[in-house]
Amino acid sequence: MLRKIASTLIIFFLIPQWVYAESAAKELQSLYATQGADAYSAKTGGSKWKREVASKNGDNRSCSTCHTADLRQSGKHIKTKKVIQPMAFSVNKDRYTKTKKIEKWLKRNCKWTWGRECTAQEKGDFLEYLLAQ
Amino acid sequence: MKRQLILISVLVSASVVTSVSASEEESFGKWVMSISRTKEVKAVNNELYAEECGACHYAYPPGLLPIQSWEKLLDAKALEDHFGENAELDEADLASLQKYVYANSAEKSYYKRARKITRSISEGEAPLRITEVKYIKRKHHELTEEMVKGNKDVSSLSNCNACHTQAEKGIFDDDTVNIPNFGEWDD
Repeated sequence: MLRKIASTLIIFFLIPQWVYAESAAKELQSLYATQGADAYSAKTGGSKWKREVASKNGDNRSCSTCHTADLRQSGKHIKTKKVIQPMAFSVNKDRYTKTKKIEKWLKRNCKWTWGRECTAQEKGDFLEYLLAQ
Repeated sequence: MKRQLILISVLVSASVVTSVSASEEESFGKWVMSISRTKEVKAVNNELYAEECGACHYAYPPGLLPIQSWEKLLDAKALEDHFGENAELDEADLASLQKYVYANSAEKSYYKRARKITRSISEGEAPLRITEVKYIKRKHHELTEEMVKGNKDVSSLSNCNACHTQAEKGIFDDDTVNIPNFGEWDD
Protein backbone atom coordinates (compact mmCIF):
# COMPACT_ATOMS: atom_id res chain seq x y z
CA MET A 1 0.00 0.00 0.00
CA LEU A 2 2.71 2.42 1.07
CA ARG A 3 4.76 1.53 -1.97
CA LYS A 4 1.77 2.23 -4.16
CA ILE A 5 1.29 5.68 -2.65
CA ALA A 6 4.99 6.41 -2.99
CA SER A 7 5.13 5.38 -6.63
CA THR A 8 2.00 7.39 -7.44
CA LEU A 9 3.59 10.41 -5.83
CA ILE A 10 6.82 9.92 -7.76
CA ILE A 11 4.96 9.64 -11.07
CA PHE A 12 2.95 12.73 -10.14
CA PHE A 13 6.10 14.78 -9.65
CA LEU A 14 7.70 13.41 -12.79
CA ILE A 15 4.93 14.85 -14.97
CA PRO A 16 6.50 17.96 -16.50
CA GLN A 17 5.13 21.35 -15.50
CA TRP A 18 3.80 22.16 -18.95
CA VAL A 19 1.20 19.43 -18.68
CA TYR A 20 -0.35 21.44 -15.86
CA ALA A 21 0.46 24.59 -17.77
CA GLU A 22 -1.73 23.82 -20.71
CA SER A 23 -4.47 22.72 -18.38
CA ALA A 24 -4.63 26.19 -16.80
CA ALA A 25 -5.34 27.73 -20.21
CA LYS A 26 -7.75 24.90 -21.10
CA GLU A 27 -9.48 25.34 -17.77
CA LEU A 28 -10.14 28.98 -18.62
CA GLN A 29 -11.39 28.05 -22.07
CA SER A 30 -13.94 25.73 -20.47
CA LEU A 31 -14.93 28.53 -18.14
CA TYR A 32 -15.41 30.92 -21.09
CA ALA A 33 -17.61 28.27 -22.74
CA THR A 34 -20.00 28.61 -19.80
CA GLN A 35 -19.99 32.37 -20.38
CA GLY A 36 -21.24 32.13 -23.95
CA ALA A 37 -18.13 31.28 -25.96
CA ASP A 38 -18.40 28.84 -28.86
CA ALA A 39 -15.67 26.74 -30.51
CA TYR A 40 -12.28 28.45 -30.42
CA SER A 41 -10.24 29.31 -33.47
CA ALA A 42 -6.49 29.96 -33.50
CA LYS A 43 -6.91 31.69 -36.84
CA THR A 44 -9.44 34.18 -35.48
CA GLY A 45 -7.23 34.71 -32.43
CA GLY A 46 -4.30 35.43 -34.71
CA SER A 47 -6.09 38.02 -36.80
CA LYS A 48 -7.46 39.72 -33.68
CA TRP A 49 -3.92 39.77 -32.31
CA LYS A 50 -3.00 42.18 -35.08
CA ARG A 51 -6.22 44.19 -34.99
CA GLU A 52 -5.39 47.84 -34.35
CA VAL A 53 -7.64 50.07 -32.30
CA ALA A 54 -7.12 53.82 -31.81
CA SER A 55 -6.46 54.66 -28.16
CA LYS A 56 -7.65 57.79 -26.43
CA ASN A 57 -4.06 59.05 -26.64
CA GLY A 58 -4.29 59.02 -30.43
CA ASP A 59 -1.96 56.11 -31.12
CA ASN A 60 -3.03 52.81 -32.69
CA ARG A 61 -2.61 49.78 -30.51
CA SER A 62 -2.70 46.06 -31.15
CA CYS A 63 -1.35 43.09 -29.21
CA SER A 64 1.62 42.99 -31.56
CA THR A 65 2.50 46.62 -30.77
CA CYS A 66 4.33 45.32 -27.70
CA HIS A 67 4.45 41.55 -28.17
CA THR A 68 5.40 41.72 -31.90
CA ALA A 69 3.79 39.44 -34.47
CA ASP A 70 6.36 36.68 -33.93
CA LEU A 71 5.37 35.24 -30.59
CA ARG A 72 8.49 33.12 -30.29
CA GLN A 73 10.52 36.32 -29.93
CA SER A 74 10.70 38.69 -26.98
CA GLY A 75 8.64 41.84 -27.23
CA LYS A 76 9.15 45.31 -25.83
CA HIS A 77 6.64 47.62 -24.18
CA ILE A 78 6.36 50.64 -26.48
CA LYS A 79 6.25 53.09 -23.60
CA THR A 80 8.10 51.64 -20.64
CA LYS A 81 10.60 49.78 -22.85
CA LYS A 82 10.32 46.75 -20.60
CA VAL A 83 11.40 43.58 -22.38
CA ILE A 84 8.47 41.16 -22.52
CA GLN A 85 9.32 37.48 -22.61
CA PRO A 86 7.94 35.45 -25.57
CA MET A 87 4.23 34.64 -25.54
CA ALA A 88 4.35 31.41 -27.59
CA PHE A 89 3.37 28.39 -25.53
CA SER A 90 6.05 26.32 -27.24
CA VAL A 91 8.89 28.48 -25.93
CA ASN A 92 7.45 29.90 -22.70
CA LYS A 93 5.17 27.40 -20.99
CA ASP A 94 5.55 29.09 -17.63
CA ARG A 95 3.19 31.81 -18.79
CA TYR A 96 0.29 29.39 -18.75
CA THR A 97 0.59 27.80 -15.32
CA LYS A 98 -1.84 30.00 -13.38
CA THR A 99 -5.42 30.84 -14.31
CA LYS A 100 -5.38 33.90 -12.07
CA LYS A 101 -2.31 35.31 -13.81
CA ILE A 102 -3.71 34.66 -17.31
CA GLU A 103 -6.99 36.35 -16.39
CA LYS A 104 -5.20 39.31 -14.82
CA TRP A 105 -3.16 40.05 -17.93
CA LEU A 106 -6.01 39.44 -20.38
CA LYS A 107 -8.10 41.94 -18.46
CA ARG A 108 -5.36 44.59 -18.18
CA ASN A 109 -4.14 44.26 -21.73
CA CYS A 110 -7.56 44.13 -23.41
CA LYS A 111 -8.41 47.38 -21.64
CA TRP A 112 -5.06 49.00 -22.48
CA THR A 113 -5.08 47.89 -26.11
CA TRP A 114 -8.72 47.96 -27.12
CA GLY A 115 -10.12 50.24 -24.43
CA ARG A 116 -12.50 47.57 -23.15
CA GLU A 117 -12.53 44.11 -21.65
CA CYS A 118 -12.46 41.22 -24.11
CA THR A 119 -15.44 38.92 -24.47
CA ALA A 120 -15.29 35.27 -23.41
CA GLN A 121 -15.07 34.30 -27.08
CA GLU A 122 -12.17 36.68 -27.78
CA LYS A 123 -10.20 35.50 -24.76
CA GLY A 124 -10.74 31.87 -25.72
CA ASP A 125 -9.59 32.55 -29.28
CA PHE A 126 -6.48 34.36 -28.05
CA LEU A 127 -5.58 31.41 -25.84
CA GLU A 128 -6.18 28.99 -28.70
CA TYR A 129 -3.82 31.07 -30.85
CA LEU A 130 -1.13 31.38 -28.17
CA LEU A 131 -1.21 27.66 -27.34
CA ALA A 132 -0.75 26.82 -31.04
CA GLN A 133 2.40 28.92 -31.36
CA MET B 1 44.89 39.05 29.83
CA LYS B 2 42.37 41.63 30.85
CA ARG B 3 43.01 43.59 27.66
CA GLN B 4 42.48 40.44 25.63
CA LEU B 5 39.17 39.81 27.35
CA ILE B 6 38.02 43.33 26.59
CA LEU B 7 39.07 42.95 22.98
CA ILE B 8 37.19 39.68 22.62
CA SER B 9 34.06 41.07 24.20
CA VAL B 10 34.19 44.11 21.94
CA LEU B 11 34.54 41.87 18.88
CA VAL B 12 31.73 39.59 19.98
CA SER B 13 29.33 42.45 20.67
CA ALA B 14 30.26 44.08 17.39
CA SER B 15 29.42 40.91 15.50
CA VAL B 16 26.10 40.64 17.32
CA VAL B 17 25.26 44.22 16.43
CA THR B 18 26.17 43.88 12.76
CA SER B 19 24.38 40.57 12.37
CA VAL B 20 21.04 42.29 12.87
CA SER B 21 20.01 42.44 9.27
CA ALA B 22 18.94 45.66 7.62
CA SER B 23 15.69 44.07 6.54
CA GLU B 24 14.51 43.69 10.11
CA GLU B 25 12.81 46.79 11.28
CA GLU B 26 10.13 45.37 13.49
CA SER B 27 11.01 47.19 16.66
CA PHE B 28 12.79 50.21 17.97
CA GLY B 29 15.08 47.88 19.93
CA LYS B 30 16.27 46.12 16.82
CA TRP B 31 16.77 49.41 15.09
CA VAL B 32 18.93 50.75 17.93
CA MET B 33 20.97 47.57 17.90
CA SER B 34 21.62 47.75 14.18
CA ILE B 35 24.60 49.55 12.73
CA SER B 36 22.77 50.00 9.44
CA ARG B 37 20.01 51.97 11.17
CA THR B 38 21.49 55.23 10.05
CA LYS B 39 21.63 54.23 6.42
CA GLU B 40 19.63 53.65 3.31
CA VAL B 41 16.05 52.43 2.83
CA LYS B 42 14.44 49.23 4.02
CA ALA B 43 14.60 46.69 1.19
CA VAL B 44 11.38 45.17 -0.14
CA ASN B 45 10.60 42.07 1.91
CA ASN B 46 7.15 41.17 0.66
CA GLU B 47 6.83 38.47 -1.98
CA LEU B 48 3.51 39.66 -3.42
CA TYR B 49 4.80 43.23 -3.71
CA ALA B 50 8.02 42.11 -5.38
CA GLU B 51 6.08 39.96 -7.83
CA GLU B 52 3.14 42.21 -8.69
CA CYS B 53 4.92 45.57 -8.84
CA GLY B 54 8.20 44.10 -10.04
CA ALA B 55 6.46 42.50 -13.03
CA CYS B 56 6.51 45.88 -14.79
CA HIS B 57 9.10 48.04 -13.05
CA TYR B 58 11.69 48.16 -10.31
CA ALA B 59 9.78 47.38 -7.11
CA TYR B 60 10.27 50.66 -5.27
CA PRO B 61 10.79 50.21 -1.53
CA PRO B 62 7.71 51.63 0.28
CA GLY B 63 10.06 53.84 2.33
CA LEU B 64 10.63 56.03 -0.72
CA LEU B 65 7.21 57.71 -0.43
CA PRO B 66 5.00 58.87 2.44
CA ILE B 67 1.68 57.19 3.14
CA GLN B 68 -0.41 59.99 1.61
CA SER B 69 1.32 59.29 -1.73
CA TRP B 70 0.86 55.54 -1.51
CA GLU B 71 -2.81 55.92 -0.67
CA LYS B 72 -3.33 57.75 -3.95
CA LEU B 73 -1.28 55.26 -5.97
CA LEU B 74 -2.68 52.07 -4.46
CA ASP B 75 -6.29 52.95 -5.08
CA ALA B 76 -8.32 50.45 -7.13
CA LYS B 77 -9.52 53.11 -9.56
CA ALA B 78 -6.13 54.82 -9.81
CA LEU B 79 -4.42 51.55 -10.70
CA GLU B 80 -6.57 51.28 -13.83
CA ASP B 81 -4.56 54.23 -15.13
CA HIS B 82 -1.18 53.84 -13.46
CA PHE B 83 0.96 56.39 -15.33
CA GLY B 84 -0.83 55.40 -18.53
CA GLU B 85 -0.72 51.65 -17.89
CA ASN B 86 -3.47 49.38 -16.63
CA ALA B 87 -2.22 47.85 -13.38
CA GLU B 88 -5.50 46.55 -11.97
CA LEU B 89 -5.27 44.06 -9.13
CA ASP B 90 -7.90 41.86 -7.60
CA GLU B 91 -9.37 43.02 -4.31
CA ALA B 92 -7.59 40.57 -2.05
CA ASP B 93 -4.14 41.23 -3.53
CA LEU B 94 -4.64 44.98 -3.44
CA ALA B 95 -5.71 44.88 0.21
CA SER B 96 -2.67 42.81 1.08
CA LEU B 97 -0.32 45.18 -0.75
CA GLN B 98 -1.88 48.24 0.84
CA LYS B 99 -1.35 46.74 4.27
CA TYR B 100 2.33 46.08 3.59
CA VAL B 101 3.08 49.40 1.91
CA TYR B 102 1.22 51.59 4.40
CA ALA B 103 3.01 49.89 7.29
CA ASN B 104 6.38 50.61 5.71
CA SER B 105 5.89 54.08 4.21
CA ALA B 106 8.61 56.71 4.58
CA GLU B 107 7.29 58.56 7.63
CA LYS B 108 7.16 55.32 9.64
CA SER B 109 10.67 54.22 8.77
CA TYR B 110 13.76 54.69 10.92
CA TYR B 111 16.05 54.44 7.90
CA LYS B 112 18.08 57.52 7.13
CA ARG B 113 17.00 58.10 3.54
CA ALA B 114 13.36 57.48 4.37
CA ARG B 115 13.63 60.09 7.13
CA LYS B 116 15.26 62.57 4.78
CA ILE B 117 12.54 61.96 2.22
CA THR B 118 9.87 62.60 4.85
CA ARG B 119 11.58 65.81 5.97
CA SER B 120 11.82 67.10 2.40
CA ILE B 121 8.07 66.79 1.81
CA SER B 122 5.95 69.64 3.08
CA GLU B 123 2.72 69.00 4.95
CA GLY B 124 -0.23 68.19 2.72
CA GLU B 125 2.03 67.37 -0.19
CA ALA B 126 1.52 63.93 -1.76
CA PRO B 127 3.99 63.41 -4.63
CA LEU B 128 2.90 60.64 -7.00
CA ARG B 129 6.33 60.19 -8.47
CA ILE B 130 9.41 59.41 -6.42
CA THR B 131 11.32 61.60 -8.86
CA GLU B 132 9.23 64.58 -7.67
CA VAL B 133 10.31 64.17 -4.06
CA LYS B 134 12.54 67.12 -3.17
CA TYR B 135 15.22 65.01 -1.52
CA ILE B 136 15.42 62.73 -4.58
CA LYS B 137 15.51 65.72 -6.93
CA ARG B 138 18.29 67.34 -4.93
CA LYS B 139 20.32 64.15 -4.97
CA HIS B 140 20.13 63.88 -8.77
CA HIS B 141 20.47 67.53 -9.82
CA GLU B 142 24.03 67.10 -11.07
CA LEU B 143 23.02 64.53 -13.67
CA THR B 144 22.96 65.63 -17.28
CA GLU B 145 20.32 64.93 -19.91
CA GLU B 146 22.71 62.57 -21.75
CA MET B 147 23.19 60.48 -18.62
CA VAL B 148 19.49 59.86 -18.04
CA LYS B 149 16.88 60.68 -20.70
CA GLY B 150 19.25 60.53 -23.64
CA ASN B 151 20.90 57.37 -22.31
CA LYS B 152 19.24 54.38 -23.98
CA ASP B 153 20.10 52.12 -21.06
CA VAL B 154 18.57 54.46 -18.49
CA SER B 155 15.93 56.58 -20.33
CA SER B 156 14.23 57.79 -17.15
CA LEU B 157 15.14 58.77 -13.61
CA SER B 158 12.45 56.35 -12.50
CA ASN B 159 14.58 53.36 -13.50
CA CYS B 160 16.49 53.41 -10.19
CA ASN B 161 18.15 50.08 -10.76
CA ALA B 162 19.58 51.11 -14.14
CA CYS B 163 22.37 52.91 -12.23
CA HIS B 164 21.93 51.97 -8.57
CA THR B 165 23.47 48.52 -8.69
CA GLN B 166 22.33 47.63 -5.14
CA ALA B 167 18.82 49.06 -5.46
CA GLU B 168 17.25 45.64 -4.88
CA LYS B 169 18.78 45.74 -1.39
CA GLY B 170 17.52 49.24 -0.76
CA ILE B 171 21.08 50.62 -1.02
CA PHE B 172 21.49 53.86 -2.97
CA ASP B 173 24.92 54.96 -1.80
CA ASP B 174 27.18 56.92 -4.19
CA ASP B 175 29.71 54.09 -4.19
CA THR B 176 27.18 51.68 -5.67
CA VAL B 177 26.27 53.88 -8.64
CA ASN B 178 27.31 52.85 -12.13
CA ILE B 179 25.74 54.84 -14.96
CA PRO B 180 25.54 52.72 -18.13
CA ASN B 181 27.77 54.13 -20.89
CA PHE B 182 29.26 56.61 -18.39
CA GLY B 183 30.73 54.42 -15.67
CA GLU B 184 30.97 54.73 -11.93
CA TRP B 185 29.77 57.87 -10.24
CA ASP B 186 32.57 59.96 -8.81
CA ASP B 187 31.23 62.69 -6.62
